[in-house]
Amino acid sequence: MTPQPPRGLRDYVAILYPAFMLGVFFVVPFAIMIAVSFFRRNELTFYEPAFVLSNYARLFTTFFGKSFVFSILLSALVGVLVVIVAFPFTYLLTRLRRRTQVFYLVFILSVLSLSEVIIGFTWSTLLSATAGISNLLVFMGLLDQPQAWTPSLTALVVGLSYLGFPYTVLVLYPALSRLDPELPEASRMLGASPLRTFFLVVIPVMRSSIISALIMVFVFNLGAYVLPQVLGRPEHWTLSVLITDQAIFQSNMPFAAAMAIVLMVLSLMLVAVTLVLGQERSSQR
Amino acid sequence: MSTLRLEDIGKSFGNFAAVSEVNLEFPHGKFICLLGPSGCGKTTLLRLIAGLEQPTTGQIKLDGKDLTAVPAHQREFGMVFQSLALFPHLTVGENISYGLRIRGTEKPGCRQRAQELLELVRLPGVIDRQISQLSGGQRQRVAIARALALNPKLFLLDEPLSALDAKLREAMQVELRQLQQRLGISTIVVTHDQREAMTMADIVVIMDHGKVQQVGSPLETYRNPANAFIADFIGITNLLGAVWHPPSTVTVGDITVRIANPPANIPNGAPVKLSVRPEDVHVRPAGEVGVNRLPGTVTFIRDLGSSVEITVECFGQRLLAVTTPRERLNTRVGAPVSVELPENSIVVLKS
Repeated sequence: MTPQPPRGLRDYVAILYPAFMLGVFFVVPFAIMIAVSFFRRNELTFYEPAFVLSNYARLFTTFFGKSFVFSILLSALVGVLVVIVAFPFTYLLTRLRRRTQVFYLVFILSVLSLSEVIIGFTWSTLLSATAGISNLLVFMGLLDQPQAWTPSLTALVVGLSYLGFPYTVLVLYPALSRLDPELPEASRMLGASPLRTFFLVVIPVMRSSIISALIMVFVFNLGAYVLPQVLGRPEHWTLSVLITDQAIFQSNMPFAAAMAIVLMVLSLMLVAVTLVLGQERSSQR
Repeated sequence: MSTLRLEDIGKSFGNFAAVSEVNLEFPHGKFICLLGPSGCGKTTLLRLIAGLEQPTTGQIKLDGKDLTAVPAHQREFGMVFQSLALFPHLTVGENISYGLRIRGTEKPGCRQRAQELLELVRLPGVIDRQISQLSGGQRQRVAIARALALNPKLFLLDEPLSALDAKLREAMQVELRQLQQRLGISTIVVTHDQREAMTMADIVVIMDHGKVQQVGSPLETYRNPANAFIADFIGITNLLGAVWHPPSTVTVGDITVRIANPPANIPNGAPVKLSVRPEDVHVRPAGEVGVNRLPGTVTFIRDLGSSVEITVECFGQRLLAVTTPRERLNTRVGAPVSVELPENSIVVLKS
């Protein structure tokens, strides 16, 4: 059956509804944001209509530039770390018995119900000197005295990875559970150990799923603004934190809008480059 | 030489015994078919031999060496999977030489061996193609080539032809058999298709409910089935209820029938099943005198052109007779006839 072009009012109503929702909740706000990013700041009314490029020009200062590069690198690092941990985990999960799989998945889903704020403060307690894991290590005789591991870059990476892990498992799970179990078995019959099979067959066959999981965690982390403030030092504040700071505390809406747009455009470009690279490699083969 | 011995092999999944009490010895260079209905444990048995499953009981030995604890990747067996399991991210050549690459063979050597194998399976010129560019029959050949690349001691195939259409399947059966004979490699094929087993096998192992029911040449299992299940599973047969009277007669209804090959260890008066192949049942005119004649009524005639099938009801039991159009008795549905069961074509089975 070939799809037919829509005919008559009834066919178009089905398209109108999603188009309307997309317009009201995405296109219009986004257009407002673009417009505001060119406005001039005004102490009394927040901003006044104008067409100035100074908001964008300010992004090219060292402070914001550094923060920008840091945000991208942090998100990429966490993305890679989470996928490295979550992919073998999900692969082993799909090899388990059905009932055991459901148990694990329910547990992972329940972690998703925790808010980012709760997760942030829980980790900051766990890594603190007063009530954290280091006290346990002192008790076991592995450390001389309790240490504070937060705020630090490590604490921030740990927190973000914890947050991204369940989402990554849920993205990888359907693809990995559809993987034909005979593929790794065929590799084993040809003399490859389970570990070599994992690297030579499972990972290459699942490459596109791995890339989409990477992109998802990366984009997800770019938007994080609670954890950097709770677990990181001020120099670890991501661009999202600065956007929130400008928009809410500095009341500089035009500059916040300009930062948000640049962040979004550049991250979309990075995602596009990743996708193109991924496709080129697969069409070569 | 590689003689495979299975000693008291059993495999349970929880409370379910998939395979139990399997004792078999496969001589070198033979083509063996594991045959049985779905769920009979034949695939599990093949996976146990491959090392993809661990047996719950028993031992697997190759030339006297215990293989039971050897993992699949160290057994040096070749296997063709039901889904073929060709690696989608590799080309045809890379698929075939995968095992060689694992063993550290350099690229030129791999390519040369892949070429050789593609010629062996009569599929030259596709070495640089993607798997997705091949047809079902071509994938089949690539999977066979890949399994043979390392000169395996044992060649295992799990329902390898099930994905092909009927015509191609028959052609591949013949080709697989010829390939096996040319290479002289010990081969074990799992199949549920008894025609496939008859075409290819030296030895047929018939399984049901996780147990081996009979081992023998295809013709032996056809002519001398060990029980009613096999008689019914291998080809088409008539199973007639009767009563056994030693030394060499049975009674069907009130007619006494002579048996040329009397069974052992069945007590007098025990109910038995008579297995008679349709091609051995002869339909004669009613009232014709002779031995082993049962009176009956024709209930159905199917004229297929090349053969004629006549269904006759005798003492409330249905009997199928297959004959050629030339030998066909001129009869019609509802007419009385006399059915002859030649004494040397009857196999008496425990009921």
